[in-house]
Amino acid sequence: MIVDPSADDRLDRAFAALADPVRRRIIARLSRGPATVNELAEPFEITKQAISKHIQVLEQAGLVTRTREAQRRPVHLNPVQLEALTSWIDRYRLIHEEQFRRLDALLQNIDGARAPGKDTET
Amino acid sequence: MSNPLEVDAPAGVPYIDWEREFDAPVEAVFRAHQDPDLIKQWLGPRGYEMDIDIYDFRTGGRYRYLHRANGEEYAFNGVFHVVRDNEFAIQTFEFEGFPDVVSIESMTFEALDDGRSRVRGHSTYPSMEARDGMVSSGMESGMSEGYDRLDEVLARP
Repeated sequence: MIVDPSADDRLDRAFAALADPVRRRIIARLSRGPATVNELAEPFEITKQAISKHIQVLEQAGLVTRTREAQRRPVHLNPVQLEALTSWIDRYRLIHEEQFRRLDALLQNIDGARAPGKDTET
Repeated sequence: MSNPLEVDAPAGVPYIDWEREFDAPVEAVFRAHQDPDLIKQWLGPRGYEMDIDIYDFRTGGRYRYLHRANGEEYAFNGVFHVVRDNEFAIQTFEFEGFPDVVSIESMTFEALDDGRSRVRGHSTYPSMEARDGMVSSGMESGMSEGYDRLDEVLARP
């Protein structure tokens, strides 16, 4: 398993790309099969241009690819990159991140006074 | 707003480095690592109860604890090789589900300006396989929430 800095950058981009609800819905739609920009834009009340922008972000993050088929340029999910998001290093990061957020919450309370009785996070 | 966690798993060497800042003084962060009543409130994966057998965070001390959830149980143990208050600690770490594969973890506690602090961690594993394997299987339970979370993210309408 090799984790190089550029792979790390890609993951950061992928996580950032998935932080947006519209882009998550696009990914969810694409998990059922490829679709064109028009098809992807349909359920949203935003311009096709805005959708294209979102697709660009997803493309740069490596989460989707576009192919040329006659007149159409359907957007496809890139499962390899999605899998990479769940690689061990990201799981390591997620679990520790979460743990340190709990520690943050705890630290707000232990300053000086006695420890709080309960975890502040669910 | 939370401070980002930097994690680096360099290629070709069985190390993991991480770094995290806290909006709290170094003494408080150190105490949260030292006091078993505090540590059980934050250490380990979400949704797991932490049961401490022993947790003696000082030079020559040792620890053993279990993470429990849904009838599953994961035990970890190790010794505290060096502990210097508010400064530095080295401990060994063994997941009992993966016995005899022991990592050595150092933590450097640092005071920053404005009552803030930074902790840097460095873990060394006996082999690359141990690093990747221990991290993914030793924390499989907790880690699988990474998958869960991704699923959640993707499933959101």
